[in-house]
Amino acid sequence: MKMKACQAMVECLKAENIKVVFGYPGAAICPFYDALMDSGIKHVLVRHEANAGHEASGMARMTGKPAVCVVTSGPGAVNLITAIATAYADSIPIVCITGQVNTDQIGSDVFQEADITGAAEPFVKHSYLVKDPNDIPRVFKEAFYIAGSGRPGPVLIDMPMDVQKAEIDFEYPKKADIRSYKPTLKGNAFQVKRVMAELEKAKKPLICIGGGVFAANAQDEVVKLSHTMNIPVITTMMGISVFSDDDPLFFGMLGSHGVPAANRAVNECDVLFLVGARVGDRAVRTPLALEQTTKILHIDIDPAELGKNIRVDFPLVGDAKNVLTQLLERAKPMQHDEWLAQLESWRVERKFATAKKGTVVPRQFIDKLSRRLPDNTVVVADVGQNQIWTATSFHIGEGGRFMTSGGMGTMGYSLPAAIGAKIADPKRPVIAICGDGSLQMCMMELATAVQNDVRVKLVVMTNKRLGMVRELQTKGYNGRETAVFLDGSPDFIKLAEAYGIRSCRVTDDRSADEAISLLAEYDGIALVEVIVDENEATL
Amino acid sequence: MKHTISVLVENHSGVLSRITGLFSRRGFNIESLAVGPTQDPEVSRITIIADGDEHTVEQIEKQLNKLIEVIKVRTLTKDECFARELMLVKVSCPAEKRSEIMTIAEMTEAKIVDVTLTTVTLEICARYQKLERFIEIVAPYGITELVRTGTIAIQKGSETMDRKK
Repeated sequence: MKMKACQAMVECLKAENIKVVFGYPGAAICPFYDALMDSGIKHVLVRHEANAGHEASGMARMTGKPAVCVVTSGPGAVNLITAIATAYADSIPIVCITGQVNTDQIGSDVFQEADITGAAEPFVKHSYLVKDPNDIPRVFKEAFYIAGSGRPGPVLIDMPMDVQKAEIDFEYPKKADIRSYKPTLKGNAFQVKRVMAELEKAKKPLICIGGGVFAANAQDEVVKLSHTMNIPVITTMMGISVFSDDDPLFFGMLGSHGVPAANRAVNECDVLFLVGARVGDRAVRTPLALEQTTKILHIDIDPAELGKNIRVDFPLVGDAKNVLTQLLERAKPMQHDEWLAQLESWRVERKFATAKKGTVVPRQFIDKLSRRLPDNTVVVADVGQNQIWTATSFHIGEGGRFMTSGGMGTMGYSLPAAIGAKIADPKRPVIAICGDGSLQMCMMELATAVQNDVRVKLVVMTNKRLGMVRELQTKGYNGRETAVFLDGSPDFIKLAEAYGIRSCRVTDDRSADEAISLLAEYDGIALVEVIVDENEATL
Repeated sequence: MKHTISVLVENHSGVLSRITGLFSRRGFNIESLAVGPTQDPEVSRITIIADGDEHTVEQIEKQLNKLIEVIKVRTLTKDECFARELMLVKVSCPAEKRSEIMTIAEMTEAKIVDVTLTTVTLEICARYQKLERFIEIVAPYGITELVRTGTIAIQKGSETMDRKK
């Protein structure tokens, strides 16, 4: 069918079943916006381009499918890079469409020109600069396929303005066929057998799950394997909420900010089975020590992750869902009573100190709050102390979901990602937890939430400090605290009022209870500011 | 240790920058790099000489394979391939030294491609090590300019990059 190329772009999105795009227009992407207007696809206007990417990322994490963001050329595209890098680090499938100057002007430094495919190269799974409008259907088909398959990640499509305005004969391909891209999905049968044999032989086996479990939608399979074989489970930050905290076989997050039980487990186990976890430095600081004492089995869909950060005895390339299903076919009930009893003895009941007057203990507040919210709540942690507090103190119920910028550690991720998550699944409660530092990196998105009536809840932990950096300076730089004071911040309650958002401030137990009721019961956007001791520790 | 890595890629614009970008951002060292078309106009072949231990080379191969436009990666060992590099060297050469240089050229299978009153330009095509030795031999005369293509390599026998025999 003959149509304008910008119309064809919209048809591609429709064919991919895209209902919402997050974006910010500009001259170079105007043809597309014009075609989008009557398409029935909802456009969510962000207040900064990076947040278009984060919102798409929040949505993609919920649906497991690529979500779309659209920005203009030059500064619009360059602003998006942080979100692209954030999605790349956590393997989140997003398709980013950027406007570009006319093809004949590329390279001449015209107004709002930036080499975005070049600039974003280190952070994309793949990118396209479309110079021939006839390539649009194939490029879009490939982009969605590449973003969502194998190890997911961001794909960028750079669209010069004249290309968008051209006329093409449109037919959307049924399938993407890329000869050099064929992800391995099923595990090698022989290797599956060997891995199962190792799991059966193990006296003290341990499963460590990562974000790859979500990417493969393999939550049920890994829970089933653990339950069938009676194998305890720990998680990286990216794997939080695959298991409910109520699961007796689950022992929490490992790593430099993890819980003692998980860290002791990883040091004491004889077989460590990594599932979609890449052994990042925050999870395992001394892989060398670990590989000497422990047999390591590792499932990953990305062969490059096998043996990259830790030596692996039994690598298994494949999609976690498929490989775990293959393993489940062979799984037999096992007994590990002694090992489990040992692990159980390492669980530490957290004791909270008494809060200084006018403040509350953040972990205690988060714990209390999480137990009042429905089990299926989606919680998005920002970056900084609030991330660790939330990761280790937010009680995950059955069917709950935790998400955060795990790999890149991008401040300001929580609010936009929460908006994206809420739009993806409006019936589920979504709550973002951030600090007063990270809020001020994404505060402008309050307007996006209000404009689109996206009923997210926001908790701001105010300590008037960049708490985690402050702590680093206290411990590592002789207490020379510099550039970490957030004086000059606005009154967040008044700010919420200015946006027409319900809000309250927590300074003691009573106000905490009121705030928790607001967050649990109010059907609208709400902001709760929690006043925290400025010297509150991360751990 | 040096490794010869052959890479078949889609002949798209931007592929080379993806590959060199990958090397620099992952901290792999490229000693030399040569690119050119193959018998298939849609496919280019890149030969990279890289330095690193076994683990590094394994990572290089795996990371290269992740690039969508990379069709095939293969590390060729010294024994299984022919490797060649072309070098052009301009050497200072007054008239009285000309015959000496001509003898060197003859012995090393280098060709004299240009002569002036004060210089001689030599062309030599050989393995990396031979070029290094050649440089040592002509260096005393004074090298005024030197240019190399980077190594290219092809497997011995009937086996090819994309097909085992």
